[in-house]
Amino acid sequence: MGIEQKLGDMGVVTTTLENVVNWSRTNAMWPMLFGLACCAIEMMAAQASDYDMSRFGMELMRASPRQSDLMIVAGRVSKKMGPVLRRLYDQMPEPKWVIAMGDCASCGGVFNNYAIFQGVDEVVPVDVYVAGCPPRPEALIHGVLTLYEKVNKEKFKDLAEKYG
Amino acid sequence: MTQIEEVSIEQFKHLVSERALTGETMLLNMGPQHPSTHGVLRLLLELDGEIVVNCIPDIGYLHTGIEKNMEAKTYQKAEVMTDRLDYMNPMGNNLAYVMAVEKLVDLDVPVRAQALRVILVELQRIASHLVWLGSVGLDLAAMSMFLYCFRERELILDIFELVSGQRMMTTYFRPGGVWRDVPVESARIDEYEKLLTKNPLFLDRMLGLGILDSATALSYGVTGPTLRASGVNWDLRKARPYSGYEQYDFNVPVLTEGDTYARYLVHIQEFRESLKIIEQALNKLPFGPVHSENRKFVPPPRSEIGVSMESLIHHFKLWTEGFPAPKASVYSAIESPRGELGLLLEGDGGPKPLRVHLRTPSFDNLSVLSHIVNGHLVADLVAILASIDIVLGDIDR
Repeated sequence: MGIEQKLGDMGVVTTTLENVVNWSRTNAMWPMLFGLACCAIEMMAAQASDYDMSRFGMELMRASPRQSDLMIVAGRVSKKMGPVLRRLYDQMPEPKWVIAMGDCASCGGVFNNYAIFQGVDEVVPVDVYVAGCPPRPEALIHGVLTLYEKVNKEKFKDLAEKYG
Repeated sequence: MTQIEEVSIEQFKHLVSERALTGETMLLNMGPQHPSTHGVLRLLLELDGEIVVNCIPDIGYLHTGIEKNMEAKTYQKAEVMTDRLDYMNPMGNNLAYVMAVEKLVDLDVPVRAQALRVILVELQRIASHLVWLGSVGLDLAAMSMFLYCFRERELILDIFELVSGQRMMTTYFRPGGVWRDVPVESARIDEYEKLLTKNPLFLDRMLGLGILDSATALSYGVTGPTLRASGVNWDLRKARPYSGYEQYDFNVPVLTEGDTYARYLVHIQEFRESLKIIEQALNKLPFGPVHSENRKFVPPPRSEIGVSMESLIHHFKLWTEGFPAPKASVYSAIESPRGELGLLLEGDGGPKPLRVHLRTPSFDNLSVLSHIVNGHLVADLVAILASIDIVLGDIDR
């Protein structure tokens, strides 16, 4: 089905470049294939049959950070993993987004101890926090949709300032 | 935040062969972020072309300090930590923990609660094996296996959600029984076998790889399906029955080949045995209380709290102060989907454990990896690693 069937005989569509770019970014956002702990299993469940994230243009999990737009930090980040996580983030091309999935990635969760970062925002900037231990796949999908809302409001001017 | 340290070959001198120092063989990092390592495991590989000469696992990327955290919590509250240990087997971890606490304070468990525990642990074993089967398929580029297995896993998670209110981290077993009674309310294994067991592509990738003989397996402390695929008949459910396993009639699948394919076949047969146990347990599930009547350790039911001040106070004290456990050390072990999961619990007379130590199956099973991969191709390493079924949360804790 092409765009003609969707739009009918409307003829011409006018919009701003910003809207088109943001719309295309939200419809083909490739997450990085990167799981840390328990939440990664729920992230896999979100990708699998019942929840099927490919509805949001996310069926393609890229194992390489250089091909991905979105980092879903799924699980607890230990002191040993933190620098590795930062390096992965630095390797992602801009523009890039981060979802902190679950309580551990958001704030440390139940693990208030010597080994775990109390929130992954100590390591990388986070766009959306998803609560839950672990969050249901629906919650992750809600987080992704929330991120899309945010991306849709992005202005070129702000992006230029953010990434220099 | 500390930066990643730059390392020189000098630091690895004692781990790799002479040829690596001259540049004849190549050192390659696989992980910590790699789709085939099933979590954050780093393998330092020494390669001669495509062939693995040396494989050095580097663990600790998921070290969570669970044992230490448990020691700062009362016996009831420490249980939530065990869920997150081997996150594919929360019910089994709970079982090992509550059995240790029950042994420590000498607490009885009603028959119905024991049967419920068996049913849920076996369901968890199936769910865990399903994720294993799906990810083995995924690693060998059979994506449809992953989609099918997760479809079935959702059915089991629905049952968990029904009984405990949570999909994964259930904390449903409590010292002295289970949290509450279950609400009053099939198998596709043949299809999976049809997809993989005789599939020539799958056989090509699985047969004769990573052969582990029984003597090596025993000397490394390997347990679970990996050990049983190497010809050792050792299953704690038979050897040291717990939670009423002696009443159920089931077989322990044992194969002697010890290769990746044998490990696959053992996993597949265990699906059928688990279903057999669940069916028997459901058929003879007795009616009765689901937790102990010993109020020193088990909080009063909700219905009493509303009408009795004493019960309210008792409930409050039990959850804020906890219950004391004697100065003793106990060890309880269960057969988790991956092998022997043991928990050493030491009481100091107060409401918090003095020391918690875990004997996790993935840790020992991983230690044998560097022994069995040498001489294989990198692509085969993926299949071997997938077949020994490790969970990083279980290794690093």
